[in-house]
Formats: sequence, structure tokens, C-alpha cells
Amino acid sequence: MNLETLMFYLLSALTVFAALRVITSRNPVHAALFLVLAFFSTAGIWMLLEAEFLALTLVLVYVGAVMVLFLFVVMMLDINLERLRVGFWKWFPFAAILAVVLLVEMVMVLGSSSTAGTNVNVAKHAADYSNTKELGRLIYTEYIYAFELAAVLLLVAIIAAIALTLRQRSGTKHQVQGDQIQVRSKDRVRIVSMPSVARPDTRK
Amino acid sequence: MSYFSTLAPAYAEIFLLVMACIILIVDLFVADRQKSATYLLVQLTLVGLALITVYTYQPGIAHLFKNMFVDDLMSDVLKMLSYISVSMILVYSRSYLLARGLFTGEFMVLTLFALLGMMVMISASHFLSMYIGLELMSLSLYAMVALQRDSAVATEAAMKYFILGALASGLLLYGMSMLYGATGTLDVNAVAAAIKHGVANPNLLVFGLVFVVAGLAFKLGAVPFHMWVPDVYQGAPTSVVMLIGSATKLAAFAFVMRLLVDGLQQLMIHWSGMLVILAVLSMAVGNISAIAQTNFKRMLAYSSIAHMGFFLLGVLSGGIDGYGASMFYIVIYALMSLGAFGMITMLSREGYEADTLDAFKGLNQRSPWLAFMMLLLMFSMAGVPPTAGFYAKFSVLEAIINTGHIEIAIIAVLFSLIGAYYYLRIVKLMYFDAPESHEPIRIQPDSGLLISFNGLAVLALGIMPGWLMTVCAMAVQKSLLLH
Repeated sequence: MNLETLMFYLLSALTVFAALRVITSRNPVHAALFLVLAFFSTAGIWMLLEAEFLALTLVLVYVGAVMVLFLFVVMMLDINLERLRVGFWKWFPFAAILAVVLLVEMVMVLGSSSTAGTNVNVAKHAADYSNTKELGRLIYTEYIYAFELAAVLLLVAIIAAIALTLRQRSGTKHQVQGDQIQVRSKDRVRIVSMPSVARPDTRK
Repeated sequence: MSYFSTLAPAYAEIFLLVMACIILIVDLFVADRQKSATYLLVQLTLVGLALITVYTYQPGIAHLFKNMFVDDLMSDVLKMLSYISVSMILVYSRSYLLARGLFTGEFMVLTLFALLGMMVMISASHFLSMYIGLELMSLSLYAMVALQRDSAVATEAAMKYFILGALASGLLLYGMSMLYGATGTLDVNAVAAAIKHGVANPNLLVFGLVFVVAGLAFKLGAVPFHMWVPDVYQGAPTSVVMLIGSATKLAAFAFVMRLLVDGLQQLMIHWSGMLVILAVLSMAVGNISAIAQTNFKRMLAYSSIAHMGFFLLGVLSGGIDGYGASMFYIVIYALMSLGAFGMITMLSREGYEADTLDAFKGLNQRSPWLAFMMLLLMFSMAGVPPTAGFYAKFSVLEAIINTGHIEIAIIAVLFSLIGAYYYLRIVKLMYFDAPESHEPIRIQPDSGLLISFNGLAVLALGIMPGWLMTVCAMAVQKSLLLH
């Protein structure tokens, strides 16, 4: 077992552990932080696969941006976990049996001798090989169709998010920029001339 | 030849994307609450799409974008039918949505994006474009189900649809990644070639296949992956259910054909066994559960599960006959479900949803013509001759008997008989019961005309099914590479 294989198993074990803790930890903030750990160790696995750019993007985008937002939301919501878990233990045995059966089946199929030996030894790239350049080239040539469609998918997500959250209620206080620009000083300040009558002195 | 002219097979998709973006912007300047300008623009876009598809027709199979996109007769036929059904949905649902304040620009734009997703699915010959098309369609649909924000039922339906849809996508992706692992390619035709030449590991292939079939069954709503269907059908606005129940089924048909037949034809011995279980369970659960329903939309949901079971029978019998019959079945089913949901939108009015069985009581006294159209649609769903539903069931049964599975055909007929009960109950309610309300039914001229066309088409296609059957068989024969 060389170092690379050792690293792979280490990172994989870490990913599985973190993923398990995401769904089992009682505190939602802990769960979110374990998800960050899962992303980190997955990024490590991608690094082993020589997908450096993707690994960095995963950390930057998911850990840096998405998970921070996620944590904000989790901290702002008052989630009562006890109420969410009502009925969990009632169905747990069924789910556990099903999961174990599925796991055993998967191990039997994927671990059997007939499946082994399908690993292809991929040739290593030279040191000056640029993963980023290659991805950029492929995205805009071979995968242009999928790339464009993924952009449309994001557009749909934007439209859906706005359509589902934008509410135009009456009686809300908001700024109207047009009116703000057109406002003149004499609309705001009214100079009233008062007769200058001396007040009776009350300080005495 | 310039680069732009090489894109000819994909002109329809490009046009739709451009128009959807234009409509999104134009809609901002439409002050009218009725949104007539946006509506007209959407309908014109659909007409334009139909013209483009006709004009860019070419007899062969054209691949584009490094085999990610395929244009053949089957895709042209299914795309044309999708345009027609989306156009019909908008006509049916206009006054229904206006009464509920849902007839917004976003609704129409999301409909167009859902259509784009369906077109991508129909023309996909690469796992990547298949998946992105499916997600594009599903994402638009999730949002459309949730559009009725103040309704708790609609929000619950959207939540269930979203979570189970995401789970199904996960299953599908996992299966696809296994197939990729076994064959080393995502291109459907290359996958087929790799399997044929014995390069791929058979164990890994079947392992991936199980997940792919489970994902497909989720999307089709076949038992035991059907739990979302009744809740979504009941909770979502009827116009959105109409879209889920008609046009998306056409896209799902293409998806099944491209994935299972074009890509995994060599594994048919494995997947046909899985489809038998799905089909028989769907027919049993769908037809028996539908009897107990008092909500018409929920009943149609269980009926759709049963119909999907029947459709899968056509797929598993294989060959030009089987695939042609299942294509015919899905087209007829889309037409029938458009009519049945269209009827709900026509009987509903502001503040009242005609989604209970009681809403149909005494319909004959209130509007004899509508009752007659409903009678035709229900007869067709039940498979009573001479309606189109009969011929659709007949051709699927013929295909399955020709493969020697007589026992499955007998089961299918028995469950269809059970299913006839709840369709005929609607007919009984309409003709032999006293109406519960005497509120006059106000029918818009356009949707009135459309429901007449819809009902009579079901009858006409039942009397003369030959040409549509020929089109389906030809589309399948010319498009699928049957090994």
C-alpha cells in the first residue's frame, strides 16, 4: 500500500464519518460544520485524482460561500429537533433493516471477484499538465451544450426563487427613488414667519 | 456551411430559449392584469416552434454537439405533440389561473422552460444532456407547484415533490455513474457499443441498471415509487397537474426509450424483468386505490399510476410493435388526461375548485355537451370501444401476447376491468344523479371549443387509429437502433 492509497482510505473514512455525523448530530450547527468537513475531505479525494481545480472550487464555493449562508440560516431559525424527530424511532427498525440489506447487497456485488479487476490504470500526467486549462477547453468545446443548459438551469432557479419569495404587500414602507430625486428643498422645509413678540419671562 | 447552419436540428431549442428570455423581459412592461400580451406571445412562440420543427425536418438521424443531441423522427413527433399539449394547457387554464391570481408572467415563462427541459430530454443521447434536461423540467415544475404560496396543500405538495424528485435524481445519477464506471463513456450509443463488445463488466452494469430503473420509475410514478403522485396531483394547481400529467409523460417516454432501448438494449433480459414487477404492481395499486377516492384529482392520480403500468407493459414487450404501442398509449393518455383536467378547470370558478366527485353530479342537466365530452374521456380512460383508449390498450396487449406473456396480459385485462368501475362511476354521477348546485357553468369560447376538439379527437382516434399508430411505429422504427 503506497502513500496515495493510504491517503485515499483515510480521506474516504473521514468523509463517511462526517456524512454520518451530519445526519446524527443533535445540534444543527454541528451538523453544518460536519458537512464542511465532508466537503473538505472530498476535496482531498479529488486532489488525489489530479482534479486540482475542482477540488479548489469545491472548497471555495461550497465551504466558503454556500456553507456560510447555510450556517446563517441555521442559526437564525429556531429549529426544534425533538419535534422533527417524532416518529423517528418508530420507523427506525424498518429503515435500518432496509439499509443493511441494501448495503450487504452492494458490498456483495461490488466486492465480488468478478467485479474486481475492472480498475483501469490511468496514465499519470506530466507536471506541466494544466487541469484548469483542460477543463476550460472542454467546457467551451465538447460540452458547450451541457454548459449552456446548466446556465439555463441557474436562470430557472433565479426565476423560481424570485417568483416564490417576492411579495408585493400593500402598506409596506419602501423607498421610491424617482420621488426622492425629484424632491426639492422647499417641499421639505417650510419657513414660517412668526411675529416677534417678546415672551413673558417665566424664569423668575 | 457556416457554423450556424450546422445547428439546424437544434433551431427549435435555441428559438425557445431566446423567446423565453424575451418574454421574461417583455412581461415586466405588461401592466394589464390579464396578461393578454404575454399570453399571446407565448402562444405565438409555440406556433413558431411547430413551424421550425416542420421546416428543419430531415429524414435521417442527425447528431449534434458531440453526440449530446440527437434529431430523429421520434424526437420531431414527440416535440410537436409537446407543443400542442402545452398550448392546450394554456388555453384551458387561462381563466382558471386568472381567478386564482396565478396567471403571471412567471407561470408562463416557467412553463416554457419546462417545455425546453422536455425538448432536451426528448433529444438527448448522452447521460449528461438527459440529466440536465430532466432537472430543467423538474425544477420548473417544482416551482410551479409551489406558486400558489398561500395554500398549505400546494406547499406541502411542492415539498414532497421536490424532496422525492431530488431522491429520484440521486438514484438515477448513481446508476448512471455505475454505467459510466463499467463502460467508460456517457454517450448512449457508445455505451451500447461497449456492452455489445463485452468490454463492460456485466455485474457492474446490472448494478447500475437497478438504480437507473428505480430512478425512472420514480419519475414515471410507478409502484413502489409512486407515493408522491396522489399528493402532488391533489395539492398542485390543476393547470400544473395538467402539465405533469400530459407533456412530461411524453418526455418520460423518450427518456425511457433512449436510456433503456438505445443504450441498454443488450440488458433487456434484466430490465424487462424489473419492468414486469413495476407494471403489475402499478396496475394493481393504481386501479384498486382509485376506487376508494372521493377527490377527482386524487382519483386521476391513481389512474395515472395504473396507466403508467400499462405503458410499461408495451416497453417490456420490446420490438417495433411494443415500442410503437407504448408510444401510441402515452400519446393517447396525454390527450385523455388533458381533457379530464381541462374539465376540472372549466367547472371551477373563483373560490371554488371542482375537484370532488360530487362536482360531477348531474352535469348532464347543467350542461349536456360537457357531460357528453366527459363521457367520451372517461370511456376512453376505461378502454371502452370505440374510443382511442380501447385501441391503445388493445395494441399494448397485442404486443405483450406476441411475446408469449399471456399471463401478464390476463392480469392487465383483469385490472383494467376493476379500473372501469371508477371511470364509469363518473358517468353514472353525471347522468343519473341530481346536481348539487345549479350555478350556471360559464365557459370561455376558446376552452369550450378546445374541450369539444379534445373529446371528439378521443372518439375519432378510436375509430381511425391507423394513421397515428403508423406514425408511432414509423417514429420508433426510424429512430431507435434496434440491435
